[in-house]
Amino acid sequence: MITATNLSKVYNGNKVLDIEHLEIPSGQNFGLVGNNGAGKTTFFSLLLDLIQPTSGNIFNNEITVSESEDWKPFTSSFIDESFLIGYLTPEEYFYFIGELRNRNKADIDAFLTQFEDLFNGEIIGRKKYLRDLSKGNQKKVGIVAALIGDPEVVILDEPFANLDPTTQFRLKKLLKDLSQTTGTTVLISSHDLIHVTEVCERIVVLDKGVIVRDIETSEATLNELEEYFSAEIAES
Amino acid sequence: MFKKFLWLEFKSFFRSASFGKSLGLKILMAFLALYFSVMFLSLGVGMFPLFKELYPERDPLKVVNSFMLAYFVFELIFRFLLQTLPVMDIKPLMVLPVKRSKVVNFVLVKSLFSFYNLLPLLLFIPFGLYCIIVEDYDSGSMLGWMIGVYASILCINYLNFIIKKRFTENLKALIPLVVIALVFVLLDYLGIFDITHYFGELFNYLVANPLMALIPVALLVLLYLWNFQNLKGKFYLDAGLKAKSKEVNIREYGWTKRFGSIAPFLQQDIKLIWRNKRPKATIYMSLLLLGYGLLFYPNDTYQGMPAFFVFVGIFITGIFMINFGQFVPSWDSSYYPMIMAQNIPMRQYLASKLGLITFSVVVLFILSTPYVYFGWEILLLNFACALYNMGVNAPLLLFAGSFNKKAIDLDKSPFMNYQGTGASQWLVGLPLLLIPIFFFWIINKFVNYEVAVGFLAILGVLGLILRPGLLNYLALRYRKRKYVMIQGFKQKGD
Repeated sequence: MITATNLSKVYNGNKVLDIEHLEIPSGQNFGLVGNNGAGKTTFFSLLLDLIQPTSGNIFNNEITVSESEDWKPFTSSFIDESFLIGYLTPEEYFYFIGELRNRNKADIDAFLTQFEDLFNGEIIGRKKYLRDLSKGNQKKVGIVAALIGDPEVVILDEPFANLDPTTQFRLKKLLKDLSQTTGTTVLISSHDLIHVTEVCERIVVLDKGVIVRDIETSEATLNELEEYFSAEIAES
Repeated sequence: MFKKFLWLEFKSFFRSASFGKSLGLKILMAFLALYFSVMFLSLGVGMFPLFKELYPERDPLKVVNSFMLAYFVFELIFRFLLQTLPVMDIKPLMVLPVKRSKVVNFVLVKSLFSFYNLLPLLLFIPFGLYCIIVEDYDSGSMLGWMIGVYASILCINYLNFIIKKRFTENLKALIPLVVIALVFVLLDYLGIFDITHYFGELFNYLVANPLMALIPVALLVLLYLWNFQNLKGKFYLDAGLKAKSKEVNIREYGWTKRFGSIAPFLQQDIKLIWRNKRPKATIYMSLLLLGYGLLFYPNDTYQGMPAFFVFVGIFITGIFMINFGQFVPSWDSSYYPMIMAQNIPMRQYLASKLGLITFSVVVLFILSTPYVYFGWEILLLNFACALYNMGVNAPLLLFAGSFNKKAIDLDKSPFMNYQGTGASQWLVGLPLLLIPIFFFWIINKFVNYEVAVGFLAILGVLGLILRPGLLNYLALRYRKRKYVMIQGFKQKGD
């Protein structure tokens, strides 16, 4: 589904991302982990054509993302608050996204009923603008909006951060079901090794922009990751 | 500690995102500052001889004193509209071992070094010195007078902050005060209660008893302390964090559905305008400036210059277009990455902006039809101008907009707000107005009025016919500039 070749991004002579080849097959639940500055958000931004690659290309379903807009109809994402429109209420925001993805109001209302638990009565019908919601609730809105319209590719940057524990469990289940039942390709990044290993079938570890591990998730994965990330501390 | 604060201020100024980027704006501001300084200084020096000539039978100092109230009121209004309390970013300081009172003192003292406080110095000190040196007034009384006047002006400085704090959130509460002020003005005007005179007498008394200068100084200290209390009480996070419980009104704007594929965006833009301070102000501004024609149409000076009416026509039918269009796409800056990553073709995004602008031109033209009172040819000209705005100027503005890369904070007041303003905003205004005026002027001069009007209309219609092609071109440009825009919109600050 997604292929990156010779992809690199250089800021002021600093190579922040350097991926020779990465292929994510359709329907995979893909996790990206790495420390701060490892290049996770850079990779997602490149994938969404929000920044330009210094070299190489990313193909989303064989479409070169930096050259055509045709990937937009089947790709949706939530990176940060800049994906929310602050002066809309959550409902209006959902309807707006719905309209962009050919879903009418009734479709959206039906779609939202499955998230009633997740929203915990704090989002729908409160007559509040998105900018007045708490960080966690904003995040819920952004994630749910990214699922509108049955996208084939869903990209979520740090979906677990800022969420309360219950919501984290709900979200994990949601993401697992998503790729299993509908065959959606899900790309997430996280700092939480436990969450990623639970959700993702495959985990790629980035360090300073380079892929250092590419693991099919198994029982041993969590240990392996913990070992990797604590190695530096163990040495010293 | 003050030194550390100054260091912080210095850094925040020179490291702000836009420093050095908006050189043109800085030059303009510097020019304005210089202009006003020179004006005030020359007035300060020349005031005495000037009043002597205007009111030969009266003491110029007393004349100046009698204008004092008017001056103070004017200054207060001016400051209320333009001056803001210089704030510091206090959040990071709150958990550090810095005394609250120190930060507050710093903010308050800093406000003294504002340009608004420098200008009166340039006016009153030269005047006072002139009185002493040239006119041989008693130096002791004049010194008292200067101190008294300047202390009163600084009182206005702090009074303004108090008024602002109380009333900016709730402008309606200001109405009774304005009414009272108007009553005084009226009483004064009718000669029933001459308040300016009595106020002037106070300053005459000050000249006679220079020690009375201590009263305004004491008042200044009191106002300072009042501000100090106010600010210190605000020095908690929850002052800024408290949840707004106000329910928002949710309107559907269902009628936008008629516009087909651009409907959701149109609805979006209407909400954008209606729910945010700054874009909302463009609406009021447009309605206000509709009256602009009244200044020109009845005026005999312009009757021989119909090219001037082109300016008026473009302006009144296009004022919303200019105010709104010049900041496309900066209005959407806070969520521009989303617009770019969502399923929104660039062309459709731009088409909806053009649609909104076109719609505004139509509405403003309809509202301007009463100007037919000044003659059919005016209505005809305005119609041609409206067409020209829709066909030529609107795409031109969007083209200029592709150079925008500065974010706009939607909720800031629009008065003297240059956020998001760059060179392109200054440059684009000229061709919008000058090109049609030039064409009109040439044709009107060598052919006739009707053909000139027709020519503008035809240009407009041509633009409307070519719109699909223009849109493709614009979409291409915006796509090319996309990365620069996303990058630029991330940087906050003025």
